[in-house]
Amino acid sequence: MNKLLLSLRMLRRNAKSGEARVLLVALFIAVMSVTTVAFFADRVESALNRQANELIAADAVVASNTPVAARFHEEAARLKLDTAESITFPSMVAGDESRGQGVNLAEIKAVTAGFPLRGKIRIADLPGQPDHIAEGVPTPGTIWVPEVLLTRLKVAVGDELKVGAISLKVVALITKEPDSVLDYFGIAPRVMMNRQDLDATKLIQVGSRVSYRLLLAGPPTAVQSFLATFKGNLARGERLESVRDARAEVRVALERAQNFLGLAALLSVVLASVAVALAARRFSQRQLDSAAMMRCLGATASDIFALNFWQFLAMGLAACVLGSIAGYVAQGGLAASLASLFTVALPPPTWLPALQGLAIGMVLLFGFTLPPLLALRKVPTLRVLRRDLDPFDAGASFAYLLGFATLAGLIIWRAGDLKLGAIAVGGFAAALAVAAIAGWVLIRLAASLRGATSGSWRYGIANMKRHAGGSLVQIMALGLGIMAMLMLTLVRTDLISRWQGTFPVNMPNRFVVNIQSDQLAAVRAYFAERKMETPDLYPMVRGRLVEINGKKLVTAEIKDERARRTVEREFNLSWAAKLQVDNKILAGKFWDADTKEKQFSVEEGVAKTLGINLGDTLTYDIAGSSFTATVTSLRKVQWDSFRANFFVIASPGVLEDYPASYISSFHLPPGNEAVVNGLIQRFPNLSVIDLSAIMTQVRTITDQVANAVGYVFLFALAAGLVVLYAAIASTQDERVFDAAIMRTLGASRKQMVVVQLAEFLAIGVLSGLIASAGAMILSMVLSDKVLNVPYVINWWIPLIGVAGGASGVAIAGLLGTRKAVNSSPLATIRALA
Amino acid sequence: MPDNTARSLPDSAANDAIAAVPIISVEHLSKEVTTSDGVLIIVNKAHFSVAAGEAVAVVGASGSGKSTLLGLMAGLDQPSSGKVRIHGEDLFALDEDGRAKLRGRLVGFVFQSFQLLPSLTALENVMLPLELSGVADAEARARSILGRVGLAARVKHYPKQLSGGEQQRVAIARAFVTEPKLLFADEPTGNLDAKTGRAMIDLLFELNRERGTTLILVTHDLNLAGRCGRRLTIDAGVVSTEEHQAEMAM
Repeated sequence: MNKLLLSLRMLRRNAKSGEARVLLVALFIAVMSVTTVAFFADRVESALNRQANELIAADAVVASNTPVAARFHEEAARLKLDTAESITFPSMVAGDESRGQGVNLAEIKAVTAGFPLRGKIRIADLPGQPDHIAEGVPTPGTIWVPEVLLTRLKVAVGDELKVGAISLKVVALITKEPDSVLDYFGIAPRVMMNRQDLDATKLIQVGSRVSYRLLLAGPPTAVQSFLATFKGNLARGERLESVRDARAEVRVALERAQNFLGLAALLSVVLASVAVALAARRFSQRQLDSAAMMRCLGATASDIFALNFWQFLAMGLAACVLGSIAGYVAQGGLAASLASLFTVALPPPTWLPALQGLAIGMVLLFGFTLPPLLALRKVPTLRVLRRDLDPFDAGASFAYLLGFATLAGLIIWRAGDLKLGAIAVGGFAAALAVAAIAGWVLIRLAASLRGATSGSWRYGIANMKRHAGGSLVQIMALGLGIMAMLMLTLVRTDLISRWQGTFPVNMPNRFVVNIQSDQLAAVRAYFAERKMETPDLYPMVRGRLVEINGKKLVTAEIKDERARRTVEREFNLSWAAKLQVDNKILAGKFWDADTKEKQFSVEEGVAKTLGINLGDTLTYDIAGSSFTATVTSLRKVQWDSFRANFFVIASPGVLEDYPASYISSFHLPPGNEAVVNGLIQRFPNLSVIDLSAIMTQVRTITDQVANAVGYVFLFALAAGLVVLYAAIASTQDERVFDAAIMRTLGASRKQMVVVQLAEFLAIGVLSGLIASAGAMILSMVLSDKVLNVPYVINWWIPLIGVAGGASGVAIAGLLGTRKAVNSSPLATIRALA
Repeated sequence: MPDNTARSLPDSAANDAIAAVPIISVEHLSKEVTTSDGVLIIVNKAHFSVAAGEAVAVVGASGSGKSTLLGLMAGLDQPSSGKVRIHGEDLFALDEDGRAKLRGRLVGFVFQSFQLLPSLTALENVMLPLELSGVADAEARARSILGRVGLAARVKHYPKQLSGGEQQRVAIARAFVTEPKLLFADEPTGNLDAKTGRAMIDLLFELNRERGTTLILVTHDLNLAGRCGRRLTIDAGVVSTEEHQAEMAM
């Protein structure tokens, strides 16, 4: 107890030292960064748990792509379960064209009385009015719509909306509905109408993508009994969903996003660890004299260790607690930047993430402070007489392996996936190694140039080489920080605008789906009448892959989740006589137009997912009848051509006898919206998807995610600055001493400032060079591998990187070392000698 | 390399020269280091004892090996050969922690550069050795001795807030607070002006007399050495002794 008190007494003074502050601030930032993301994740998790059954608006659901079979209704009635039905499909809705109102794609949900069985729908009577819980469902002849749709269509409450062949009166605005937590795209706003009106719309036709859902609720035993009865006893296209399944689906998507943010947060932990290591080493070095004196006064090695350990522990706890509190506050910003992705309000977080922050803070602290702490145990007592004796030897760097191992463990854990974690660890390590090698080479190069410089500049560059280790750490940390900034600003805008620049002017911007075979001629004529190029119409048949090479596919046996989902859902198959211009054959040969053989051409991505090779036979089931054909080619599809494309295409003569709908894409010049409105008026069953709206929406989401990542990267930037300060501080005693000697030898204040300036400018330029090179390489890889656009060097990147790096580091460095220039030489030499 | 054995004191002569119970005995003690130019002998077969209550000055030119000898006597450094016994205990038969504990029990130090812990106040610095050995009334004892050295009003000050003379008083208070049997002082006036230095030496000898402590003092100040009962001269690592000086410390 005595030693603990003694230790805290020592801390009272030590905590005011620069290195203790660095340690505190670095840990604070690391913990804040991690807990910000963790608190946010916790809120999303709470939302999922609290509103679990609201996610499916029931206790269980039978989902099907055909009307739900009678046996489910009968069993539900036998078990006295409450039931309701919903039928959801995309379709166009239109206002009154004569009043200048528009047309928009909507996700239409037709519901029966009783919907939802769990959770509530909230509606507002007029825009801007407070919402309230809806009583019942829309009455026949009416429709509820979200405000966004009213705005897009320029329709008001009380107006009529055309839905297929009928018109429904808008009577309320939906503000919240169960069974939607995430609004991924908001492309097709959800509207709600009564099931009784559905048949009159005549919207459900062959090839329509419809989801039928029978909602069930009741005592848990009855629900379990229902699920047990049908589990493993489902026909094709039928699916049972319980609360757990629905949650799992949303959770997978959210976990990915959280893992990514979590990894971004770890970048600040990695940088903070450098600052912690530097500060802990300096802190321990400053304790050497005290430790040696205490050894003289009878302290054992473990006393020395304990006295310093308690100090680190106290500082660590303080930083972690403050970091967690700051993380709690900062998560609000993260939630706000992603708010529009959620349709529900996120509940407040629990305090559990604070513990996570505490654990990470402590692991980080002791991973990087134990080596100098252990070295302190070995302080030679003789140091009281000979100050040059130092227990910190080269072997001590080996002890940092513990710290690196802990960091690697943290990254893998946070990534939530061994492979992704290993890639991240490898990526970090490789980036650091490359930056270290490049930094080292650059320092050497700069040093070799020093003969060509004069006076103060020569001393400055010589200093950088003398503090080579410290300079290298500074250059690497700064390089990473500047690179992150360049990527988030210049590179991001640059890449997006170049990618968009690759789109041809007349790129298709509207998709038309659901065209029936008997409408083909009329649709072609419609375009011809308006002197527009007749769009290509592609047939589409919905089928399910059931066998590969004669082997039946059992979804339960497919381990890969993506492959399983691909097999579970229905494919849109098409047929064509010749290859589309935006497709390229990678293997095999595309068939001749007059081929008589039954052949398939498969898109490379889906072939890889399902393990399909050239020569394999695939068997599809279409509405109960099946057929088989051989894969004779694998294709690469240029998806961003925005034309209709298909994973699997059949040769002519294979699919023509099956019921098909047609899909097309065309370019609608601005100002010609009337063409679409007219098309929908004439063919109410058609859906027109506005791609430019989707692009805008994708852009908005990309921006939001980038903002969220940028928000998290701010912590990394702050950590980078702390590293800069720590690195400057770690050589400060030497600098102050050197400066005092120089002053004694007659150096002017100006000369000394120039020496410091030269060193910091050199460090800034080298960091900027590394950062720019890194940013340019990354942007080259992204251009080539992700966006498929030719890489063009943006000279602003190195210019801004180097100029920004040099000026930023010079200013920060001079501020950090002004003590060296301003101290009285005698006082300095006395204090440090 | 000269053979120093003849110039060192033979056992019998040393025993004749001191009182019956040696507080510290140095036996054939050597320290060698290997450099690029070969083996360098810093202390060469030193052999002498110091009796309880004696005041001994170790004198010699810069680089003669004074501080190395002090370091070896206090167990701060390991010898190449030979033994040091403090209060009969073989110092180098103990491990590093064992030596630390022995120092805590029996030895006090005063250094040229004071060696106060910058993170502790004057009072806390003086309490430190007592706390390390788990003494209960550390604060009362520390306050009492700080009063004795004239710093009662400065107990809450940190070393940086004290003058050089005051810092050395704190260091002396710290050295005496454990009532050590043996006190090592390494150039205790080296960082002080002449007047403050004299006052400090007066204080040191006063306390030494009051408490019956054995004093071993390394200095190149011949006046200061003259106040000690005996002088050990070290020259190129070889230790020789001069008997009682005119002015006795006791």
